[in-house]
Amino acid sequence: MKNKSLVSIEDYGKEGMLKILELADYFEKNPNQKILEGKVIASLFFEPSTRTRLSFESAINKLGGRIIGFSDANSSSVTKGESLKDTIITVSKYSDLIVMRHPLEGSAKFASEISDVPIINAGDGANQHPTQTLLDLYSIYKTQGTLENLNIFMVGDLKYGRTVHSLIMALSHFNPTFNFISHEKLKVPTEYKLHLDDLGIKYYEHSEFTDIISRADIIYMTRVQRERFSDPLEYEKTKNIYVLKKDMLVGTKDNLKILHPLPRVNEISEDVDDSKEAYYFTQALNGVYTRQAIIAATLGLV
Amino acid sequence: MKQEQKLSVSAIKNGTVIDHIPANNLFKVIRILGLENLEKQATFGTNLGSKKLGKKAIVKLTDKYFEDDEINRLILVAPEARLNIIKDYHVIEKKQVELPDEIIGISKCVNPKCVTNHENVLPKFNVMPAKDGVSLKCQYCEKITDKDNIEFIL
Ligand SMILES: Nc1ncnc2c1ncn2[C@@H]1O[C@H](COP(=O)(O)OP(=O)(O)OP(=O)(O)O)[C@@H](O)[C@H]1O
Ligand SMILES: [Mg+2]
Ligand SMILES: [Zn+2]
Repeated sequence: MKNKSLVSIEDYGKEGMLKILELADYFEKNPNQKILEGKVIASLFFEPSTRTRLSFESAINKLGGRIIGFSDANSSSVTKGESLKDTIITVSKYSDLIVMRHPLEGSAKFASEISDVPIINAGDGANQHPTQTLLDLYSIYKTQGTLENLNIFMVGDLKYGRTVHSLIMALSHFNPTFNFISHEKLKVPTEYKLHLDDLGIKYYEHSEFTDIISRADIIYMTRVQRERFSDPLEYEKTKNIYVLKKDMLVGTKDNLKILHPLPRVNEISEDVDDSKEAYYFTQALNGVYTRQAIIAATLGLV
Repeated sequence: MKQEQKLSVSAIKNGTVIDHIPANNLFKVIRILGLENLEKQATFGTNLGSKKLGKKAIVKLTDKYFEDDEINRLILVAPEARLNIIKDYHVIEKKQVELPDEIIGISKCVNPKCVTNHENVLPKFNVMPAKDGVSLKCQYCEKITDKDNIEFIL
């Protein structure tokens, strides 16, 4: 049972990822499959989250499951000083599956070692958020018809953004070309570049956000966070450089789609929202199908 | 005279001699190998002269032998250690410390947000070769602890 957990995107190889995408496609076409009837899913959010929690809960509801849990640590026994270990052991007696988000890095792996039921990691601090990666992959797959040989542009905070790092790792199974666009201080960490070098995957780094995007199949936008800069002025400047505006879409490829893990601040101007390239809200919806697929696969129901 | 020089700590008939331990890490070696609870005869020598290490320590254990896995746990504290298997007062085999695949419960994860620094769980690392010895990749938070940041929990 324990090894069924989804802790890290590396837990699924290329085949495993493709299987989830296929299943997500099935759930998109047949969203209301009551395969979780009679099952109790624990949703333990030790840290607040809107999108991830709601899309999991929506996925569970569509599958006919029941949900127990809490949406922030304040309404749990954590405030009484209970250890994560005790919480997980107890909740695993009440449920068939645990979906958890926790601020400590490695918490999901730890939980998977002590739980009687599978764990799905819905984010462990800055470490892993594999269901986000799978929904990103599904969005790319759906809009491009393939994951192979794509030209992927990533923009914004490429240093601290865990969604960026996991997506780089996941896409590296599919021979992409990467273009990384960021401030000097927010470049992709060396370990990921070494990984790409090892695999012979091409990547280019840019500090300017210009018409190079004319070659893009996917532009993956991310938010630049204030906390990353010690100088508030530098933050303000950077924040306003890596912004996608509608006029930049002139001359881009027909199949181009813009993705964003959300929430957005100002990095995609709102006039982009109704362009045919804007895909980020549909991407959020894809999160529901992808999570239906992940839950079904984790419980061995498909 | 020659024999005296050679055996700066007393001779054993059968057992294991662990030589070339950095003197300042002798007690860590003892703890990592669990020698505090040993019931058999043991002698420890430290601050002995060594060309290689400056000051070395040596451990001589009567009728005690180790699995390779146990010895490889010394990689962080005595990577140059040499094991001498003694039979009838003679060295019949020498073994070195090799890079283990993982290290469990010897040192802390450098990441303050790592679950191993907050919950009651032994840190576990994958061991990777690095310029200056080894670096440790946490199996929980996936962060790297390099040689300079190793903090022992023994
Ligand atoms: N019977 C014994 N009892 C206790 N210690 C012994 C015995 N025989 C050898 N030793 C010790 O074991 C270690 C290895 O012995 P060896 O004769 O191989 O020395 P060496 O050539 O200096 O080896 P190395 O190159 O590993 O330092 C030395 O520290 C030696 O003092
Ligand atoms: Mg010698
Ligand atoms: Zn760690």
